[in-house]
Amino acid sequence: MQRLLLNLGPALMAAVITALVVTPIFGLQLQRVGGQMSLEYHWSYVLWAALIVFVVQLLKPALKVATKSIVFPRLPSLSPGVRNALIFATLLMAVSWPFFAGRNAVDIATLAMIYVMLGLGLNIVVGFAGLLDLGFVGFYAVGAYTYALLFHWAGWSFWEALPLAGAVAAMFGFVLGFPVLRLRGDYLAIVTLGFGEIIRLLLINLNDWTGGPDGISGIPKPTVMGFEMTRNASVEGGTTFHQLMGWEFSSVHMVIFLYLMALMLAMVTLWISNRLIRMPIGRAWEALREDEIACRSLGLSPMRIKLSAFTLGAMFAGFGGAFFAARQGIVNPESFTFIESALILAIVVLGGMGSQLGVIVAAILITVLPELAREFSEYRMLIFGLVMILMMVWRPQGLFPVTRPQVQVPQKTVT
Amino acid sequence: MRFGGLLAVDSVNLELSEKQILAIIGPNGAGKTTVFNCISGFYTPTSGNVLLQGQSIAGLGSHTVARKGVVRTFQNVRLFKRMTALENLLVAQHQKNRASVLAGLFNTPSFRRQEAEAMERSLHWLDYMGLREFANREAGNLAYGHQRRLEIARCMITEPKVLMLDEPAAGLNPQEKLDLQALIRQLRDQYGVAILLIEHDMGLVMGVSERITVMEYGKPIAHGTPEEVRNNERVIKAYLGEA
Repeated sequence: MQRLLLNLGPALMAAVITALVVTPIFGLQLQRVGGQMSLEYHWSYVLWAALIVFVVQLLKPALKVATKSIVFPRLPSLSPGVRNALIFATLLMAVSWPFFAGRNAVDIATLAMIYVMLGLGLNIVVGFAGLLDLGFVGFYAVGAYTYALLFHWAGWSFWEALPLAGAVAAMFGFVLGFPVLRLRGDYLAIVTLGFGEIIRLLLINLNDWTGGPDGISGIPKPTVMGFEMTRNASVEGGTTFHQLMGWEFSSVHMVIFLYLMALMLAMVTLWISNRLIRMPIGRAWEALREDEIACRSLGLSPMRIKLSAFTLGAMFAGFGGAFFAARQGIVNPESFTFIESALILAIVVLGGMGSQLGVIVAAILITVLPELAREFSEYRMLIFGLVMILMMVWRPQGLFPVTRPQVQVPQKTVT
Repeated sequence: MRFGGLLAVDSVNLELSEKQILAIIGPNGAGKTTVFNCISGFYTPTSGNVLLQGQSIAGLGSHTVARKGVVRTFQNVRLFKRMTALENLLVAQHQKNRASVLAGLFNTPSFRRQEAEAMERSLHWLDYMGLREFANREAGNLAYGHQRRLEIARCMITEPKVLMLDEPAAGLNPQEKLDLQALIRQLRDQYGVAILLIEHDMGLVMGVSERITVMEYGKPIAHGTPEEVRNNERVIKAYLGEA
């Protein structure tokens, strides 16, 4: 009781602040009646909000005691056999479910896979190497436009353009990284933010090449081993996929195919980044994140190590971009705004920096949840912000905090 | 070396021959560590030069200097604290890696051989320093004396020509100091490195070094064998103050 009274003051204060904040958002609403505008007051909303905050604040110490015993779920440590079986089962499910699921669900899952790929790519830069990159979407745009432009100007197909999209994005990462990677922390973040914007503005303003704000449309979907997945072949006398298989044409095939491809690309990204942290370069990233001066004193060139992370991350963004262009069929600069960079960064932070499982789960959550909660779409950003705040308060290390695979002494050599 | 208007270190002339153990001593703020930073490439000397086997290494940048075989430890140990002792040694061998990223991705035999060799060298140095049992322990959790030894091992694994130790005995107990003295000798005798030492502990300095340079206010005031330095009047004054 004594403690409750002690909390009375702060709780009252919090309630007043809540009332002040909530009033303009929920309490006052503009109503249009005919040509007239009038203010409508909804004081009950404000009262409720203030009351809830008041009670929560008042009971906070008690709640703290009560929740102390609640332990956040931790990943059970599994034996390698069980783990592999689990991974295999998940993969099997991921591959087979689109054949039973609805078209929309598969479409959203495809988008989720693109974000998994982007998240894993940025995870290399931010999570492994510790370089805060706010312009990641720039490389995504480079990848998307590489395919779009190659198709538009040279008629390249998706499969021809895919490796080049990755290579061009990687090259951009290398060239942009070269001058800026000597900066650290906040400065690097600001410069990369600028680069992201520059790339977007270039795309808007290089009208003659990129089609300006309208972008490039009519980009073909990927083919299956050279067979198109369309109703009619684009070339006279060509064979389409459904003719080859002797199936009735259905646009769902394309959706499923795109999903499987996105899944494959995401898996390849996962596999590569998984190998990377177990390689010397992965150890060098970790070491560099911990102590740059010590690294230099041992002959490790910080520049080269950072550049490798930056370039590799950009490459994955490039692959993702090319796939995005193929899926959408149209690219324009609108798709590559800063908010996209922020979203990808949010995925990495939410999942737990450097944690691959976390990034995958966060990417899926962030793309799927807004779709499930369509009714609340007006409040999407509000909920998003709230989740971020709560995460930072309760679990700043992310959903699945990273447990880096440490190199162990091989058992057999122990004497 | 000049920082703005401050002349931090002036007319220091050191010569370290092969397999020699040379110590720099002097009161706090005499500029010993600044000399270290100039040699190891962390500072670019504003005038003067640093020669390694007749080749200038001044202003090359610290990682290039390290690659040429001049490596150092730090006054306040700089290990990768959240990596294991073993990993600290593996990272230090980064420059030896010849396998490409692709070879690593596909885990080719040559990549695996290289990793095995790196592991073997690391284990050798862990054994050498008596740290084998702590191999899988995070470096930040090791006892201070062990951290110091691990830092020296991390330098030695790069196979340097010159090993620079910045106050290696600071924070060690008397027994550990004796061990360190033996270790420094042993490293020189077995691995043929020249050793440049900054140290305040006179017992260690007098016991281990062959030549000593004394600095005060950024300038060298004496140079010679331990015997000569011990009896030098200016040195005695610098350390004990004017009588």
